[in-house]
Amino acid sequence: MSEFKKICKLEEIPQLGSRVVKCKNGNDIAIFRNAEDKVFALTDKCPHKGGPLSQGIVYGETVACPLHGWQIGLDTGEAAAPDVGCTNRHAVKVEGGEVYLEL
Amino acid sequence: MQKPKLVLIGNGMAGVRTLEELYKLKPDMYDVTVFGAEPHPNYNRILLSPVLAGEQTVQDIILNDLDWYAEHNITLHLNKKVVKIDRVNRKVIAEDGTEAPYDRLLLATGSNPFILPVPGKDLPGVITYRDIYDTEQMIEAAKVHKHAVVIGGGLLGLEAANGLMLRGMDVTVVHLGEWLLERQLDKTAGKLLQKSLEDRGLKFLLMKQTAELVAGESGRVASVKFKDGEAIPADLVVMAVGIRPNYELAESAGLHCNRGIVVNDTLQTFDPKIYAIGECVNHRGVAYGLVAPLFEMAKVAANHLASYGIGTYKGSILSTKLKVTGIDLFSAGNFMGGDDTEDIILSDPYGGVYKRLVVQGDKLVGACLYGDTADGAWYFKLIREGKAIHELRDRLMFGESEVGDTGHQGHNKAAAMADSDEVCGCNGITKGTIVQAIKEKGLFTVDDVKKCTKASGSCGSCKGLVEQILINTLGTSFQAAPKDKAICGCTDHGHEAIRKAIRDQHLTSIPDTMKALEWRTPNGCATCRPALNYYLISTWPKEAKDDPQSRFINERAHGNIQKDGTFSVIPQMKGGVTNSSELRRIADVADKYAIPMMKVTGGQRIDLLGVKKEDLVHVWADLGMNSGHAYGKSIRTVKTCVGSEFCRFGTQNSTQMGIDLETMLANMWSPHKVKLAVSGCPRNCAESGIKDVGVIGVDSGWEIYVAGNGGIKTEVAQFFVKVKTAEEVKEYSGAFLQLYREEGFYLERTVHYIHRVGLEYVKGKVVADEANRKALYERLLFSLEGLPDPWQARIDGAQKHEFKMLEVV
Repeated sequence: MSEFKKICKLEEIPQLGSRVVKCKNGNDIAIFRNAEDKVFALTDKCPHKGGPLSQGIVYGETVACPLHGWQIGLDTGEAAAPDVGCTNRHAVKVEGGEVYLEL
Repeated sequence: MQKPKLVLIGNGMAGVRTLEELYKLKPDMYDVTVFGAEPHPNYNRILLSPVLAGEQTVQDIILNDLDWYAEHNITLHLNKKVVKIDRVNRKVIAEDGTEAPYDRLLLATGSNPFILPVPGKDLPGVITYRDIYDTEQMIEAAKVHKHAVVIGGGLLGLEAANGLMLRGMDVTVVHLGEWLLERQLDKTAGKLLQKSLEDRGLKFLLMKQTAELVAGESGRVASVKFKDGEAIPADLVVMAVGIRPNYELAESAGLHCNRGIVVNDTLQTFDPKIYAIGECVNHRGVAYGLVAPLFEMAKVAANHLASYGIGTYKGSILSTKLKVTGIDLFSAGNFMGGDDTEDIILSDPYGGVYKRLVVQGDKLVGACLYGDTADGAWYFKLIREGKAIHELRDRLMFGESEVGDTGHQGHNKAAAMADSDEVCGCNGITKGTIVQAIKEKGLFTVDDVKKCTKASGSCGSCKGLVEQILINTLGTSFQAAPKDKAICGCTDHGHEAIRKAIRDQHLTSIPDTMKALEWRTPNGCATCRPALNYYLISTWPKEAKDDPQSRFINERAHGNIQKDGTFSVIPQMKGGVTNSSELRRIADVADKYAIPMMKVTGGQRIDLLGVKKEDLVHVWADLGMNSGHAYGKSIRTVKTCVGSEFCRFGTQNSTQMGIDLETMLANMWSPHKVKLAVSGCPRNCAESGIKDVGVIGVDSGWEIYVAGNGGIKTEVAQFFVKVKTAEEVKEYSGAFLQLYREEGFYLERTVHYIHRVGLEYVKGKVVADEANRKALYERLLFSLEGLPDPWQARIDGAQKHEFKMLEVV
């Protein structure tokens, strides 16, 4: 069964930035925080060549992959046209200033 | 709240383009209704000629299909001609009684073909060439009839004639003028064109005036009779003698018209609620019949409809290309010249090449090319930008070689490439793919092509080629990039305007800048934020705060990200000089962190590759060396040769000079990377000739060269100044780099900066003006003073979260 696990405080993630949650199975998860303090979680792999999305520039509800600039929707995990591809999303929520991730 | 209503009359390229521009600015501002007299959705009228020639189908040239209208919730009335505008009650009424109220009305009624007032003009078999219906009629006629006569030897007439000939008809072009395309070509080029079309099988009757179209027994047209009494057989007559702006509707509504609907620079008619654009308008006394100006108008009209109120349309310089496959012809600007102009002419009638460049004073004002049009885009750019050409004048005729050398097999002429040839070596895009995308998706600009195919989207070396391919494919509809082009989709402002606003309005943060310049997105994008961050910290050093979240990862992590997400570490090694204890420490670090690869770089340093991000700070601490900045839009390295200390040829101490320069420039951010080199003698072992600043020691002092580049397009640095002392080398190179830091556009290398502003300008500011040079040098030293080494700062605890992962689960 999946459950939400406390990860960190919201302010430990920089606005328009991200932190990486190390996972034992090797599929690290990137948690993003945008300017409106909305939080998103994606598998830290670009659908293009596996670039670490956590290292990209965040704007609006999008992150630009640091390797080749693919634009991935934080909410949908989908690449913006003309690129085609999708990254796994993970459920994430903020309660009382703490970030919880579903595992 | 109810949205205001926008009604568009005219479902053609100009009108729908305005809607597209509007949706980019304010997608949900209006309830939109569109009336179109034709039964088709918006299609690319320019590509009717390839349809007629059988190279494309009607389906291929649709620009916006019905789904597009549905997606944008547009109420679309096809096949309905609007017959009345009721300005008092603000509504429009169509032929069938359909009514639509408006708050803003956009007229894009286009133009009608001009019909010669000769007897027989209404006979069956006499048509014009304007829309899909006409084209289909011609295709049908070609199936059963033999003789076609095209009246009018202009662009449209020749394209029609070529198409009909390809469909098997025997075609004669009748033209009143002395040569073909007299509005686009001078006489010599017109005659060359005629010869080559004759070789393909077209017939021409020049200086002939049509008197009458005569019917045959069936009642269909059978022959064309001329004023001089001669007559030729004709089963199909196409009138292509010109177009007239279609402004009857506007005139009947009482709007001021004068050979077109009169509009001001914001495309507003005399009724402020009504805008008009496209071929139906008269702007500053000119009616445009080509598509590029219409698109410029569309941008401006959309800007005002979106209530931004900042764009103005000031008229266009036109360029022309004939869309007859295999014939290369290009003209732009004032190609006929006048009393105060001079011509530069290259004429090779046997080879079928003719080029005429018209120069006025110090500027190129017109160009007419036949046979070899590869440089059309470049000439057109020079004409539009009104750039001084004295530095290029002797080479002007031989064209531009601005296209990068690498990544596309050295090709620099798009026309000569096969469809299977690679244009974009970074993304593997062939010429065929680009041409197909341009045709199928209706692309008009280099940016469109980049977005759609990724060609020219990475290193950019093939941008010139893509531009040529666009011109070759589209001809008249190609849109050259405007001079100060918008930095990205978040704003309409270009780099120059943004730099100026930051300086003039003393803006010191990204949110303030976005607010002052009315950014359309809440926090920009990955293109504009890094640029803004650089402009702020370079304009207001020690005042504007650096924003790490607006920096590319390399500049945030102070290492170069690799394909597997690890980083490279290149410690500073001033002038490429090191010692045994440094090398020992590097070796120890490599062992301790199991560095998978060590490499000597091109900049005379040592690269430790494959370092995990969480190890970076520890690696830096163990190295005990400064950052080499090998990852940033910043000073990189100063490459040196051995110099006079050891070399038997050395005239100056180049290693010390290099170390001094690298010390002075440590931690310097710049619009793009900056590389320097110092050689101790003219043998130039440090390769100073391809550096942003290259210094060469000679017996009597130092020569300084600037704006070289060893990258995408190899550029030899240009001689800047010769100085005597090492102190002067620092002052002159420092002042030059500070000017570049203050005026360069983000991601513009020194070579492109110099191409933009001119070497003479930079020499004037740095070499000739001593006070200004000293002031620039002072400002450079001021902005660099006290900057910490970024690695040391992070060892001391800065930006901790950047290098730490969260809980392992």
